[in-house]
Amino acid sequence: MATLIGWIVRAVVFGSVVMYGAMGEILTEKAGHLNLGTPGIMCTGGAFGFAAAYAYENAVDNPNFLVCILVAVGTAFLAGALAGLIYCFLTATLLVNQNVVGLTLTIFGVGVGKFFGTYVIPEGAVSTKAVFANKVFIAKIPGLSGLGIVGELLFSYGFMIYLAIVLAIVVHLFLSRTRVGLNLRAVGENPATADAAGINVTKYKYCAIMIGSGITGLGGVLYVLDYGNGTWATASGDAIEALAWLSVALVIFVRWNTLRAIWGSYLFGLCYWAYNYVPTLIGVNVSTELAQMLPYIVTIVILILGCTHMKQENQGPAYLGQSYFREDR
Amino acid sequence: MSSAEHKLAIEMKNISKSFGHAVANNKVNLDVRYGEILSLLGENGSGKTTLMNMLSGIYFPDGGQILIKGQEVTIRSPHDALELGIGMVHQHFKLVDVFTAAENVVLGLKDKHSMKQVEERIASICDKYGFEVDPKKKVYNMSVAEKQTLEIVKVLYRGADILILDEPTAVLTPQETEKLFHVMNNMKADGKAIIIITHKLNEVLSVSDRVAILRKGESVGTVETKDATESSLTELMVGKKVELNIERPLVKDRQLRLSVEHLSVDNEYGAKVLKDVSFEAYSGEILGIAGISGCGQKELLEAVAGLQSTAAGSSIRYTAPGAEPEELLEKNARQIRECGVALSFVPEDRLGMGLVGSMGMTENMLLRSYSEGKSPFLSMKEPKHLAKKIKKELEVVTTGINTPVRKLSGGNVQKVLVGREIANAPSVLMTAYAVRGLDINTSYTIYRLLNEQKKKGVAVIYVGEDLDVLLALSDRILVLCEGQVNGILDAKTTTKEEVGLLMTNLKSEGGTSHA
Amino acid sequence: MHKEPLIRVAKRDGMPLYQNILIRAVAIVLAMLLVVLFVHFTAGISAGTTISYMWEGVFGNSIYLRDTVFYTAKLLCIAVALAPAFKMRFWNCGAEGQVLAGGLATAVVMVYCGNLPAPLLYLVMFISALALAAIWGILPAVFKAKMGVNETLFTLMMNYVAIKLVDFFYNKWKGSASSLGKLNKGTKAGYLPDLFGSENSWLLLAVVILTIAVYFYLSKTKHGYEIAVVGESQRTAEYAGINVKTVTIRTMMISGIICGICGFMTVAGHDHSISSSTTAGGYGFTAIIVAWLAKFNTGFMVLISLFVIFLERGTSHIADKCSGFDASASKIVIGLVLFFVIGSEFFINYKINLRSKHDKEVA
Repeated sequence: MATLIGWIVRAVVFGSVVMYGAMGEILTEKAGHLNLGTPGIMCTGGAFGFAAAYAYENAVDNPNFLVCILVAVGTAFLAGALAGLIYCFLTATLLVNQNVVGLTLTIFGVGVGKFFGTYVIPEGAVSTKAVFANKVFIAKIPGLSGLGIVGELLFSYGFMIYLAIVLAIVVHLFLSRTRVGLNLRAVGENPATADAAGINVTKYKYCAIMIGSGITGLGGVLYVLDYGNGTWATASGDAIEALAWLSVALVIFVRWNTLRAIWGSYLFGLCYWAYNYVPTLIGVNVSTELAQMLPYIVTIVILILGCTHMKQENQGPAYLGQSYFREDR
Repeated sequence: MSSAEHKLAIEMKNISKSFGHAVANNKVNLDVRYGEILSLLGENGSGKTTLMNMLSGIYFPDGGQILIKGQEVTIRSPHDALELGIGMVHQHFKLVDVFTAAENVVLGLKDKHSMKQVEERIASICDKYGFEVDPKKKVYNMSVAEKQTLEIVKVLYRGADILILDEPTAVLTPQETEKLFHVMNNMKADGKAIIIITHKLNEVLSVSDRVAILRKGESVGTVETKDATESSLTELMVGKKVELNIERPLVKDRQLRLSVEHLSVDNEYGAKVLKDVSFEAYSGEILGIAGISGCGQKELLEAVAGLQSTAAGSSIRYTAPGAEPEELLEKNARQIRECGVALSFVPEDRLGMGLVGSMGMTENMLLRSYSEGKSPFLSMKEPKHLAKKIKKELEVVTTGINTPVRKLSGGNVQKVLVGREIANAPSVLMTAYAVRGLDINTSYTIYRLLNEQKKKGVAVIYVGEDLDVLLALSDRILVLCEGQVNGILDAKTTTKEEVGLLMTNLKSEGGTSHA
Repeated sequence: MHKEPLIRVAKRDGMPLYQNILIRAVAIVLAMLLVVLFVHFTAGISAGTTISYMWEGVFGNSIYLRDTVFYTAKLLCIAVALAPAFKMRFWNCGAEGQVLAGGLATAVVMVYCGNLPAPLLYLVMFISALALAAIWGILPAVFKAKMGVNETLFTLMMNYVAIKLVDFFYNKWKGSASSLGKLNKGTKAGYLPDLFGSENSWLLLAVVILTIAVYFYLSKTKHGYEIAVVGESQRTAEYAGINVKTVTIRTMMISGIICGICGFMTVAGHDHSISSSTTAGGYGFTAIIVAWLAKFNTGFMVLISLFVIFLERGTSHIADKCSGFDASASKIVIGLVLFFVIGSEFFINYKINLRSKHDKEVA
C-alpha cells in the first residue's frame, strides 16, 4: 500500500510540472501559435526561479515563507514570460516560421538556464541546494496531511500542486465561459475573422503567449524546488528540457482542454515512474525506458485518432502554426 | 423616394491604393447616403473589393480622404471601422467554424450581456428585418445562405448603419437572392446605408437606388438607377461598346468522343453531388455547361479527368478518332493521358490546381508532361521552346519565361494555362470558368482559342457562368441542377429564360430531355 | 481623431540579391556584437580576445580542425536529409530520432553480430541503420499521407520514442558501470577503417556526395519536380497525375535514410558508442533551422552549417580558456545569432513604411 501511495504521490508531483508546461502551451496554441520553445522557457523559468530563491535565502538571516514564494514564483513567471516575449516578437510581429523560432528558443532557453544556473553552483561542485525554499515548496497542508491514507494522497503536497489544479480550472473557465476567452479562441481558429470582428489580434497573441510562457516557467521552478528537492545541478537544464517535451505531448493527449490535463498529467507521471514502483507492487519488472516511452506512444495514437474519430472542436485550433498578416491577399 | 433627401453617410475622395506595382485604386471618389442602396459595379479586377476593404479597415489607403457623416476619419483597423458604424460582409465569410452563431455574433464585443440575452437580441434583429438564424447552430453545420445571413446579423448586432455586401449573390440560389433583396430593402427603409458589390447588371437594376461604376481602378461616375439601362451601364463599365457577338463556326464532322453514363459522385458526407448524369460530347462542337455555382460542375469535369472518385455504376467512355471506346474510370489521371487520350483540362482554380505559382512558365509547361520518357531526369528543352511559343502567340505579358507565374496578372495566368492545355493537341478540351476574372479582351482571346480548337475537330466542354456567353459560344447547352442533368438544349434555338428556368427548377425524376 | 499608424508593413515583391545579402550580413554583425558583449560581461575578455579564441577553437590546430570538419559534416548531413522533406512542405522535426534510429541499429548489429566477417558486418550494419531510420521517417509520412495526421507533432514524438529506445539499450549494455564507454572495446569489430588517414573521412565523403546528389535530385530529376509540385499544392499535384501519397512516403524515406547514414557514420566511424544525448546531439533540431534558412538549397546549407559549428565550437573553446564560463554558453550564442538571422527574414519578405511627411501635413 505504501508503495502504491508513494507511486501516486511521485506521479502527481511529476505530473504537475508537465501540467504547468501544458497549460502554458494550451494558452499559446489557442492563440494559434505552436510553441516548440516550451523546453527552453521552462528551463529559463526553473533556473531563474531557483537562483532568485537561493539568492534570497542566502541574503537574509530569517527568510520569510511568503516572500520566498513570491520571489521564486514571481521570478520564474517573469523569466518564462520574457522568453515568451522573444518567441512572440519573432512569430507574431516579424511573422517568422513558428517551428523554427520555437526550436531556436529551446536551444537558447536551455543554454540560458544552464549557463546562468551554473553561476549559483559553487566552484568545483556539480550542484547546490536552496534548503529553505525547498522546505517552503514541499510544505504539506498542516493537520489534513496527517489523516492517514487520504491525508497522504490528497493533502501531502506543496502548494504549487494545488495551484496547478486551480489554474487548470481557471484557464478552462476562462477559455470556455468568458468573452475574452472566446475572442482568444477565435484568434487561433481564424485570425482574419477575429481581426474583422474588431479583436486586436496582436495584443491577444502577446498576452496569451506571454502569460502562457510565464505559466510554463512555473513548471520549471516547481521542478527544481519541489520535484528536484530544491537542488540545481549542472544536468538540471537537460532534465527539464526532456520533461518539457512531455508537456507538448500532453496538450495533444488532452486535446487542448486544461481540465483533462489534470488527470492526463498524473497519468503521464504514473507511466514515468512505473519502473520504480511496479516491481515491488506486483512483482513484474518494468523497463524504465519503455515505460517512459509510453506517454509519447499514447500521444501518437491520440494524434492519429484525432484525425479520424473526433469532432472538429476536439482537434487543435484551425490556424495553429500559421502566421497572420492582415494584408495577405 | 428621392435619395437626395438623405444625409451623406460616406464620402471617399481621391482614394488610391497600390499593391507592389499594381495600382488597384487610383483617385477614386464615392459617396453613399443613409436610406439608400448603392451598387458598386465593375468588372472583376476593377478594384471594387479593394476600395471597400479600405472602408472596413482591412487595407489602409496610400492616399486620399474618407469622410463619415461629414467628419474626416482614419480607419486603421476593422475595429475602427466598426466604431464608425461600418460593417462589411466579405465574399469569403469571416466566421469561426467551431463556434455557434451567437458566439460568432458577439466575437470581439465588449458588452456584458449573457449568452441568453445575446440570443434574444439576435432573435429581435431577425424579427425586425425578416432573417432566420438559429443562434445555437454551429457554423460548420450551416449552408452558405445561412452563413451569409449570420454575417449580416453580425454587423447589424454591432449597430452598423453602413453595410457593405461583397458579391453576396454569387453563392445564392435565385430564391435566396430574392430573400436577400427583400431584407436589404427592409434595412434601407430603416435608414441604413447599403453598398452592394456586384457585376450582375440585372441585380443592379432591380435592387439599387444609385450605381457607382469603377473601371480599372478608377471611378467613371455615379448614375441614378432609374436613368440607367443594361447597355448604358455596360458601356460605363467596359468603357467602349462591346460587340457581344461571339463567333460560332458551323459544326463539321461530328463524331462521338466522350460518352458519360449514369455518373454519380458522393461527397465526403455521403451526399450525392452528381446524380445519374448522362451525356455525350462530340468532336467539332462546343458543349456548354450551365448551372448555379457549386451544383456539380467541378466534380463532373474532375471525374472525367480522373481526379474524382465516382460511385458504382458510373461509366465514362472515350472514343479516340478511329478507335474503340475505352473506359476511363478504371484509369488514374496519368494513365488517362498515357494511354493516348489527349484530354486537356483547364480547371477553375488556376494557381491552386492548374499551375504552380512559384514556378516560371517553362517549369509549368512540364506539369502535365514531365513524366514522359524513361529518363529519371527532367528535360527542359521542349518546355522552354513551348513557353516561348505561348508567350509570343498568346501575347503573355511577363518579365521572362522563368518569372514565377504567381506574379502574372489573372488574364496572363489563364493564357499560360490554356496555352499549355491546347499545346497537348487534345481531342477533348474541358474548361471551367475560363474567363472568370479576365478583362473583355482576354476573354475574347479565350473564346477565339476555343473556337479554333472546335474547328480543328476537338470536343470542347465549356463550363461557364455568363448565360449570354454560353448561348453565343456553345452549340449545345447542358444544364445542371442540384447535381442532375436538367436538360440539354440546342444553343441556337433556346432562350436565356429557358436556361435560367432549368438552372433553378429541377424537373421530376427521369424527366431529363435530350437534344 | 485617428492618425495613420506610425509604422505600416507591406509585402515585398522580391528584392535584389545584394540587398538580401546585406540584410543578412547586418543581422549577423548585430548578433555578433551582442555575442561579444555577452562574453565580455560573463567571461571578462575583450572583443578581440573573444574572436581570436573562437577562431583558435575552430581552426587553431589539426585536432580542432578535424572536429570542426566532422561536426560541420554531421550537421550538414542532417540538414541535407531534411531538404527534400522541407521542399515538400513536410515538417520533418524528427531528424534527431531518425539519426538515433540509424545509430542504434548500427550499435545493435555491432554488439550482437560482432563476430561476422568484416565486410559482411559493415554491410549488415549499414543496411539495418538505413532500414530503421527509414522506418522512423516513413511512419509519420504514411499517417500524414493516408489520414492527414499532423507531421510536426508526430515526428517530434518519434524523437522521444527513439531516445527512450536508445536509453534502454544504453542502460542494458552498460550494466552497473557508470557509463557505457566504447562498444566492442576489445575486438573493435564494426569500427570503420581509416580512409585517407582518418575514420572521419567516411562521413565527410558521404556528405560531399549527398550534398551534390540531393541538389541534383531536387532540381534536375522528375522526383524533384514532383516534390516541388506537392509542396506547392496537393490539388495541383493530383491534377498533374502525381500520386501525392507515394511521393510523401518516398520523400520521407529518403529523408530518413540520409539521417540513417549520419547515425551509422557517427556510431561506426566516430563515437564507437551510442547515447541519446550525443549520437544526434541536438543536431537533429539545429539542422531544421539550418535547412529552413537555406531555403532547400544544399549549397547554402554548407555555409550555414559551418557558421553554426563555428559558433558552437568557438564558444566551447572560450569556456575551456576561461574558468567560470560554462560551455552551455554555446547554446546561448547559437540561439542569439539564429534569432537575428531568422528575424531578418522579415525585412526580406516585408517592407516597412514609416508615416510619410506628406500624410502628416494632411492630417
